[in-house]
Amino acid sequence: MSSAPLLEVRGLNAWYGESHVLHGVDLDIHEGETVTLLGRNGAGKTTTLRSIMGILRRREGVIRLRGEDLLRLPLHKVAQAGIGYVPEERGIFASLNVSENLMLPPTVSEGGMSVEEIYTLFPNLYERRSSQGTKLSGGEQQMLAIARVLRTGAKIILLDEPTEGLAPVIVQRIGDVLVALKKRGMTILLVEQNFRFAKKVADRFYLMEDGRMVNSFPGHELDARMDELHEVLGV
Amino acid sequence: MAVGTQYLAEQPKLRTSSMVLGAIAIAALLAAPFFFYPVMLMSVLCFALFACAFNLLIGYVGLLSFGHAAFFGGAAYFTAHAAKVWGWEPLSAILLGVAGAAAMGLVIGFVAIRRQGIYFAMITLALSQMFAFICLQVPFTHGEDGIQGVPRGYLLGILDLNQPLAMYYVTLAIFLFGFFAIWRIVHSPFGNILKAIRENEKRAVSLGYRVDRYKLGAFVMSAALAGLAGGTKAIVFQFATLTDVQWQMSGEVILMTLLGGIGTLIGPIVGAGLVIALQNYLAASDFPVLVLIGIIFVICVLLFRRGIVGEILEFTRRKSKSAA
Amino acid sequence: MSTIFGVPAPALYGQILIGLINGSFYAMLSLGLAVIFGLLRVINFAHGAQYMLGAFAAYLILNYAGIGYWPALILAPLIVGAIAVVIERFMLSRLYGIDPLYGLLLTFGLALILEGAFRYWFGAAGQPYAAPSQLTGAVNLGFMFMPIYRGWVVIASLVVCLGTWLLIEKTQLGAYLRAATENATLVQAFGVNVPLLLTLTYGLGAALAAFAGVLAAPIYQVSPLMGSNLIIIVFAVVVVGGMGSILGAIVTGYMLGVLEGLTKVFYPEASSIVIFVIMAIVLLVRPAGLFGQEE
Repeated sequence: MSSAPLLEVRGLNAWYGESHVLHGVDLDIHEGETVTLLGRNGAGKTTTLRSIMGILRRREGVIRLRGEDLLRLPLHKVAQAGIGYVPEERGIFASLNVSENLMLPPTVSEGGMSVEEIYTLFPNLYERRSSQGTKLSGGEQQMLAIARVLRTGAKIILLDEPTEGLAPVIVQRIGDVLVALKKRGMTILLVEQNFRFAKKVADRFYLMEDGRMVNSFPGHELDARMDELHEVLGV
Repeated sequence: MAVGTQYLAEQPKLRTSSMVLGAIAIAALLAAPFFFYPVMLMSVLCFALFACAFNLLIGYVGLLSFGHAAFFGGAAYFTAHAAKVWGWEPLSAILLGVAGAAAMGLVIGFVAIRRQGIYFAMITLALSQMFAFICLQVPFTHGEDGIQGVPRGYLLGILDLNQPLAMYYVTLAIFLFGFFAIWRIVHSPFGNILKAIRENEKRAVSLGYRVDRYKLGAFVMSAALAGLAGGTKAIVFQFATLTDVQWQMSGEVILMTLLGGIGTLIGPIVGAGLVIALQNYLAASDFPVLVLIGIIFVICVLLFRRGIVGEILEFTRRKSKSAA
Repeated sequence: MSTIFGVPAPALYGQILIGLINGSFYAMLSLGLAVIFGLLRVINFAHGAQYMLGAFAAYLILNYAGIGYWPALILAPLIVGAIAVVIERFMLSRLYGIDPLYGLLLTFGLALILEGAFRYWFGAAGQPYAAPSQLTGAVNLGFMFMPIYRGWVVIASLVVCLGTWLLIEKTQLGAYLRAATENATLVQAFGVNVPLLLTLTYGLGAALAAFAGVLAAPIYQVSPLMGSNLIIIVFAVVVVGGMGSILGAIVTGYMLGVLEGLTKVFYPEASSIVIFVIMAIVLLVRPAGLFGQEE
């Protein structure tokens, strides 16, 4: 791919208070691509997502979305630039019901999924649309967290460990959803520990260690690199 | 950043120099009545002690009481009543005020420590307002008039407190006693546990401390010392009125401490001196005192939350850090 | 004449009505306090001063511009809300993220400035403010005569409380507010302008207080001290209700108002302290408050 990347991260440094947690991270994602960040716990994967979103404020370097500099934007303008965020802790609101949770993120551009399409994709959510958001099962909450950003018309979504702690059948279901999204041309940046799941959807992998990008390779090389990965990831 | 966490007690290596400074300060206080109007000095001493007592709670336990006027003004009533109606000797009348304030502290504290932070402030404010309403209604406080014409009497039956200098030195002695009591509390094992609770209450609980008991203990001590200030004030000024139990008084003592420096040992004294001086100065003009107090509050909170003494300490600390 | 527990029935009904009216003000003010606290984590000590400011705004626009009661019900909240927006932008917003006690101290200082200034200009005594001609007189309810204006206050406050509740529970703006109360950062990361939401919320809370102030003007007179006397009671109401629930704040407000009214009938000496006593009992039995959750 020779065209300019949709999301471009260059030399990203970030700090939690005084501690320096990201050291010059580089990352490119092209339109329609699904890219997965691998790494041990504490390698800086979630921090990278939070830095791109602007939730972590103390950053230096370059973050560009379609050439627009995100680093200088106030937090709420980052989403408006076209990014959808599915946080690790899912972030379902207890004081909102399922439908309110779904409708919460404001539309950021044309072309998002309609509510009908979303409910077709996630029939469980339709059935439970009047329940309190946090009364859903873990899997349903994860579906809701993903569904929520599909409505907004975001061009790229950041997914932080969507399969964590979920039963295999639900993981399967989420995998199907991501494949369906890929088919629609959605760009996805995924943080994932589950190789088998990631292999199904990822076009490319990045490997992180101690707040640095240490390697990157295309998706089909995953099997060949298993031994190397097991060593780095300690699994 | 929690209120009052900026400052722990001053470092031990400063001890020699702070002892020298302390000696100079005490000498200055002994000489002061020959240069300043003693009534004003005594007023500063009473409020300085009140502010130090308040600071014991916010500065070293992190609890903001918005109801300390109840202990200050309540003790003033008890002392005034004992001295005037029962004809008690002044020191025992003051001690009765202290005991009364401590008892009130036990009751109010027992209720208030059930909530923390912002709720604690609201609850202490509400309970002290309740006490103010009670003071308005019960006969012994004489309602709007207050208890007037309290005799200063003879200390221990010997020393005539109607002599301004005698009254001044007794007030000074009481102030110094209260101040050193606070100093002792802060530097005792009990004080260290209080500071641990302020820094991290959950950890203190997990270490096995009965946090609520320590908080209540600190609350009662703070109330008793506020009562010592209030009782002394009733003897010095020879009256006790509703002014001393109302929420405005609680606000004033907060301001004195905030202005001088929350969690510093001498900040509340500096703050009390400044606020009293300012009030005296403004009394001659027609500028509304309340507005000025409000403005100082806003400026302190927005611009220097450490207070005057706290900012100076921070400045010298930074300087010595960069020099090292 | 009929009696209930040895008390003449009309006196009882009269005190219940007065209790309902006081309760209306407790409910409106504690509602605003709870909404502001929920989102901003600030206890707005200036709430009483903003209530007073609302009453004075009505008084001043009547005496200097000839604008009467009905427009004042809209204008005074707008004026006070606008002032509150400026306060939030330039002062309160600097205190987010640090100990909430500083927000309390800042708004306490602001309350003193407002109260002191109005006392300086108008003295401590109350200024009369006439009820609009449409609402003067009384109506015979069969069991008692009710002054029409008092009935109006109860109805208006119920409508405003209900309206605020609907705004928060049933609208998109309310969903933003509820969500941001739980996790403001995430809501902002979704693209909601949370700083603006905070500003609007503070403005709305202050406007509610000002609306209550205009309603109060014909009943209690317009006085610089009217707010500070009330705010401490409202704090107690908020502690009793627990600040977690909007509906809880409203219900507790009316309930305590009526209880206070009943105390005036059965044991008048205790009427000024009954709310504080109830607060102490609730704290001993259920520290989080009647409708609150343990944090």
